[in-house]
Amino acid sequence: MNNPPETSLQSEKALKRLRRRRAADTRFRMYGLAALGFALFSLVFLISAIAWKASGAVTYHVVKTDIVLTPERIAPDGNASPEEITRNIEGFYTLVRDDLFAHFPNAGDSLAVRQDFSALVDRLAVLPLARRVARHPSLIGQSVTVEVPVSDDVDLFLKRSSPRSIPFRIRAGAQINPGQGGGMVLAQPDLRSVRTTLTALGEQDGVPSVFVTSKGAVARLSDLGDEAATFELLAGDVADFESTPLKGLIVTVPESRRTISDLQIAWALALRSEGIIRRVPHTSLLTRTDSTYPELAGALAALVGSLLTMLVTGMVAIPMGIFAAIFLEEFAPKNRLTQLIEVNINNLAAVPSIVFGLLGATLLLGTFGLPRSAPLVGGLVLALLILPVVIIAARAALRAVPPSIRSGALAVGASRMQAVFHHVLPLAFPGMLTGAILGMARALGETAPLLLIGMVAFVAEVPSSTTDEATALPVLIYSWASNAERAWEPMTAAVIVILLALLVIMNVIVVMLRRKFERRW
Amino acid sequence: MDTTAQTDYNPALTGDGADKAQALVYPRIDCKDVSVFYSGKQAVFDVSLPVYDRSVTALIGPSGCGKSTFLRCLNRMNDTIDGAKVTGEIFMDGENINSPEVDPVLLRSRVGMVFQKPNPFPKSIYDNIAYGPRIHGLVEDRQELDAIVEKSLRRAGLWQEVKDRLAQPGTSLSGGQQQRLCIARAIAVRPEVILMDEPCSSLDPIATARIEELIDELRKRYCIVIVTHSMQQAARVSQRTAFFHLGHLVEMGDTDQIFTSPRERRTEDYITGRFG
Ligand SMILES: Nc1ncnc2c1ncn2[C@@H]1O[C@H](COP(=O)(O)OP(=O)(O)OP(=O)(O)O)[C@@H](O)[C@H]1O
Ligand SMILES: [Mg+2]
Repeated sequence: MNNPPETSLQSEKALKRLRRRRAADTRFRMYGLAALGFALFSLVFLISAIAWKASGAVTYHVVKTDIVLTPERIAPDGNASPEEITRNIEGFYTLVRDDLFAHFPNAGDSLAVRQDFSALVDRLAVLPLARRVARHPSLIGQSVTVEVPVSDDVDLFLKRSSPRSIPFRIRAGAQINPGQGGGMVLAQPDLRSVRTTLTALGEQDGVPSVFVTSKGAVARLSDLGDEAATFELLAGDVADFESTPLKGLIVTVPESRRTISDLQIAWALALRSEGIIRRVPHTSLLTRTDSTYPELAGALAALVGSLLTMLVTGMVAIPMGIFAAIFLEEFAPKNRLTQLIEVNINNLAAVPSIVFGLLGATLLLGTFGLPRSAPLVGGLVLALLILPVVIIAARAALRAVPPSIRSGALAVGASRMQAVFHHVLPLAFPGMLTGAILGMARALGETAPLLLIGMVAFVAEVPSSTTDEATALPVLIYSWASNAERAWEPMTAAVIVILLALLVIMNVIVVMLRRKFERRW
Repeated sequence: MDTTAQTDYNPALTGDGADKAQALVYPRIDCKDVSVFYSGKQAVFDVSLPVYDRSVTALIGPSGCGKSTFLRCLNRMNDTIDGAKVTGEIFMDGENINSPEVDPVLLRSRVGMVFQKPNPFPKSIYDNIAYGPRIHGLVEDRQELDAIVEKSLRRAGLWQEVKDRLAQPGTSLSGGQQQRLCIARAIAVRPEVILMDEPCSSLDPIATARIEELIDELRKRYCIVIVTHSMQQAARVSQRTAFFHLGHLVEMGDTDQIFTSPRERRTEDYITGRFG
């Protein structure tokens, strides 16, 4: 009598069922949250890893100095034509190098030392200077301020990223005495931390180098005793050490295992302490074109190439995709043929992008003989690639417009065309636009098809039309990432950030346009 | 085709009442053996039905019996449905509107339609009404258009409610107002016939009453065909009633006669609520 009947909501069975259902609910929510959390974590991890890497390329080191453009160096045989000036890179380079070298009168003037010194700045770094002078020949004989990037090895060293270096403090007021052979001795130095670090690093193919720097002078530790530390002078005078506070630096990698020598390090540190080498924003990343030297390379040509390619892609794929979608959705009869087309459009969206590259290479380059490496060809190939995506998105947008709107327009005597263009399209437009821009975003990140049509060429000139040789940002990322030097790593990351920024901008445009058009009703 | 041949004495409109003075009218639309097929499956079977001017003809019948399908024949809206095929002849002013020479777009400007669910365009109230006259080139300038908009809204009994907010979107109106807006939109292109497919089915009784009043008012100028599921509504607003069952026209005639002394057993069963 007290037992509730089996069917009651209070019964044991019902309660158990309820518990099971609640548990299933909770489990499902947990799975969802876990998936979301994982996706979010991966995204944040990826973005921050790239941003961290790219931060190394936000600034770089340049030599900034005043030089006199002596005519003997710039136009040795008296020919000051622009071509001749631009070709005479050696002359400019010698001017800059000698100006820097003049800071180290004690360095000796052997060929080996000069060659060693030359590694601080790459020859091609003076090319912009040469071009500037070629444009303004009146500068010859004048004194100009030049700013040339230091070589990537020096830059990486000064950024403490490779070889790694650890700064240390030197107690103020340590007594400095001249040592034998032009060296110097630091009496009662408190270098316990240096000793600990050196012990920890151990010896592998030689000992790490320890430097002390003051303004304009650098010395290397040769013997570390309890009472005194002996240093070998690499740049400047002993007197320099007495006038300014000292800074210490341990370069953790032994000299034999790095590309930058102790002497070069000493010069770089000395020039930096004098303010000749300074850290500046790396604007050349956006104003220069590709180069084999990382410190001289920039992404401008690839950026312009990408924009030109996108221009072609957008002008072909968006109208074509939208009109194809309108035709298929609103006008085409529903029969076997249109069904076949529909299935094939969906299949086309899943074709690997490299296949489109092959198609472009054989058809556009081979049959139609369009120029290789041109944004025109790249744009056409990418347009074909994203066309199915644009069509599918546009059809979905059209299908989302309630049919009652169409019937309403038809019933007041609008033709089919008027119903579509006056009533359906305005409603479908934001959705179509979103699809189109998302398609463009996909095209912006495509690499494989562009490789096949030769847009991977080394491009030193900014393309000015869609038929010029060009490359694109993702291809630039690909080629920079395959370079061996460490200095390319932050540069590559920086280009990735540029690419991501473009994508973000495109998405913001989508959101803004949607807002704008949706506010109409 | 000689139109006068179809001119007929309309028994539905005999009797007393002022507006019944127009009882002597010819069938505005005359359907002969109309059948409709959806992808080969027949939905309407050989319906022959005259529709008289300046009167309301109600189509009643259980769900799925082909009322909407038949109604759509009258302005060739079935053309817009994939797989739909209409046979038979439908004469309007002596012209067979089913013949290929007739432009359905022009036909629809003469035969307006109001749908079950209000479907105003997502544009301003003004543009909703003005759209039809604009695309048909009925107006020369803005003043004329303003006049048409005002007249149509007045006829639809909506002017007082919206005259200060013509620029607001039509979708911001209430359901009943939206339906009257749709009626105004249909009137604005100066049709001769207005088709209504369950125009009140999504409305509350008060809004329904307003629309019914409106239909009664519009009857003085237009030929109206209305599909309805409400027997009371059919009895209230229509002069003629046609009862459909399983795609066949079972019975048609004077509304009073259909509701008081139906000839057919099926009609009686349906009206008295025994099925459907
Ligand atoms: N677009 C269509 N395609 C295929 N068959 C249809 C289509 N529209 C209607 N039908 C079929 O035609 C028949 C008649 O439908 P119709 O819509 O005319 O009925 P109805 O009388 O208006 O019903 P209701 O009162 O429910 O609106 C139904 O069997 C329906 O399944
Ligand atoms: Mg219906």
